[in-house]
Order: sequence, then structure tokens, then C-alpha cells
Amino acid sequence: MMSVQDRPARRDPLQWFNLRGRRGAGLWAFVAMRLSGIGLVVYLYLHLVILRQLAEGPAAWDQFVALAKSPAFLLLDVLLIAGILVHGLNGLRLTLISFGVGVAQQKTLLAGVVALTVVLTALSFYAIFFLKG
Amino acid sequence: MTRHVTLRVLRNKAGSAPRYETFSVNVPESANVLDALERAWHEHDRSLTFRHACHHASCGSCGVRIDGVEKLPCVTPVADYPAGATLTVEPLRNFPVVADLAVDAGRLYRGLDALQAPITRPAEALREAAGAELPEGVAGFKRFENCLECGLCLSACPAMATDPHYLGPAALAAAERVMLAAPAEAGPAILRLLDDEHGLWRCHSAFECTEVCPSNVQPAEALMRLRGMVIRAKFRRLLGREKGST
Repeated sequence: MMSVQDRPARRDPLQWFNLRGRRGAGLWAFVAMRLSGIGLVVYLYLHLVILRQLAEGPAAWDQFVALAKSPAFLLLDVLLIAGILVHGLNGLRLTLISFGVGVAQQKTLLAGVVALTVVLTALSFYAIFFLKG
Repeated sequence: MTRHVTLRVLRNKAGSAPRYETFSVNVPESANVLDALERAWHEHDRSLTFRHACHHASCGSCGVRIDGVEKLPCVTPVADYPAGATLTVEPLRNFPVVADLAVDAGRLYRGLDALQAPITRPAEALREAAGAELPEGVAGFKRFENCLECGLCLSACPAMATDPHYLGPAALAAAERVMLAAPAEAGPAILRLLDDEHGLWRCHSAFECTEVCPSNVQPAEALMRLRGMVIRAKFRRLLGREKGST
């Protein structure tokens, strides 16, 4: 669209993660959104690679299931849930404020995102490690 | 009473690599950081380049980053920082550096030009004053633009780092003011202009522009209100309640 022209500037995505001097919670949310987004995309591909083992027969799959039950792997599950919560709940926050809803309360909404993420992640941790299915 | 101030300034001259240089100056306790910079220029190095004019947050020309935070040094007291601290002073981000702390702010003005946003718009009655009895000899209350066009918001915005054509928060906030001033005439055209990947939708809601704005313009909030307007206009068109297209 723009009639705006600018001399070519160096595009530097690393500046997205430059928190030096930043004061608001908004940039932390911005960074968390990007990191969780990248993490979820990586997870999606890992998930597809792992599902492929189903094609290699029961033995290969059982071997993976044994690995998936290890505490270290279960911790990764908790991390995955935390990433989904951060990305999903903050996505709802951003959708709301992009509709012009709750703009003045965006920091309160962010606090709600953080609180819900912490509580639901803690519940997930408890369910994964202490509830016997 | 004087205060000893150490400034660590990012020097950047054509033909030489950027480097930090430290200046030690004594300034009055009540001095601002701009006073310390001027003292460094006066006492240590006349080639130290920085932009300034009004000394009271009116012209918006002296913006820099102090310890990483976008500030107007003309209204940033040295007393805001711990005694003995070294203040790191760097040019604004997301603008080409001309020399030392002076940047080419053309990107800011081109954004405002694209929206035909006025530097100032016709004065209007203050809402609070509407209907109030005017003091004797006063013809009317006037409100002027809050935006100083200092560019601090463009420096703080992470989206500016990756989209050289992004209009930026100052221009988008100005767009809302233009719309509010003349919604019937300017509104539809401005919304069409802003409904673009380099316009409203480039913002990623970090709200850093609002955090650093020295004049309470709240660009991020204005931008979100504009998004709401665009979305509502699209829904109205979708439901056939309004003719036109974007």
C-alpha cells in the first residue's frame, strides 16, 4: 500500500529478543509468544516423526512408549503443556485487545494469562506424576 | 551542589567502527542528562554529535537511549540514577545513525506523511472545559497534539526491527487522531490505508511504544482501537450493512 519509502534497513529478528532496557510486561509476553510458538512448531514435527514409528511395528512403538514413561520425558510433557497454555491463552488476550476489547486492561489480562498458566501447569504436573491412570 | 556524572557514549562516525567513549563531567544536582551531554561536548569533545533544541520536551529532537531505555535526555534528571553510576547513552534503534547520537528520523516523518497526518491539527475545546465558564480575557481553551514526534516509540517497537516499511506507532496514533477529527471525511480512506501488512497488522502488541512515550500518547492503545474499527467495518460489510470495500 504504502507510499512510505525508506532506505533499506537491516532486518534483525534478534532484536525481538533484546530485552535490554525494556520496561513493560508486554515485551516479555511478545518474547514468550515467539519462543512458545517456535517450540510448538518443533514439537509438531517431532510428534510426526515419532508417530512414524507406528509403521515400524509394535516392537518399535513399545520401545518408544517405555521412553515416554521416563521422568525426564514426562517433564517435557509438562513443558509442552506450559507452552500450549502460554501460546493459547496469550493468543486469546491478543485477539481480545485486537478487537479493541480490554485494551486498557491488557496488563491485567496478561497477569491472568500468567496466573492461569502457572495454575494449570502445576495441576498438569500433579496429574502426570502423581495420579495413577 | 554538583554531581559527578560519567557518560558512556556510543560514538559512531562515518568511516570508523562504532565504539563507546567515556566522559566525566560535573553538573548541578538538578541537571538533566542533556546538560551532562552538553558539558561533555563543551569540555571534552566538540565532535560529539547529538540533536537538541528546546530543552523542555517540546521539540522531541533529542531522543536517545539511556541505559537501554528510550528517553528524552532534556527532561531526564541525572538524579534519577544512582550517584556514581555510569550512564550508557546510545542512539535510538530502528533509525539509520547519522553520527554518534544523531539519527535520521525520516522514517518517522514519512509515516506521518503517508497518512497526511498534520504536525498539529486545529485546536479544539478541551472536553473538561466544554460548557465551563471562561475566565475573563480568555477566548477559549485549546488542546494541542500530545505527540512530540520524538520517535522514541519507533525505537522501542520490536516490529520496526524487521519491517522497514512499517508505518510505526507514532503515525498510527496520528491516524486515529485524524479519524477522530474528521471521521466522515477521512475515516474510510484512512482505514483502507491502515488495513495492510505494513500498517495496523504489523504490530505485535508488545506495548513498548506506550511504555516509553514521554507524552502519554499511548500509541499501542490507539492502534488497537483502530484495529477494532477495521474489524467492525469488515463485519458490517460482511453483513451487508455498509457499502464499500477495502
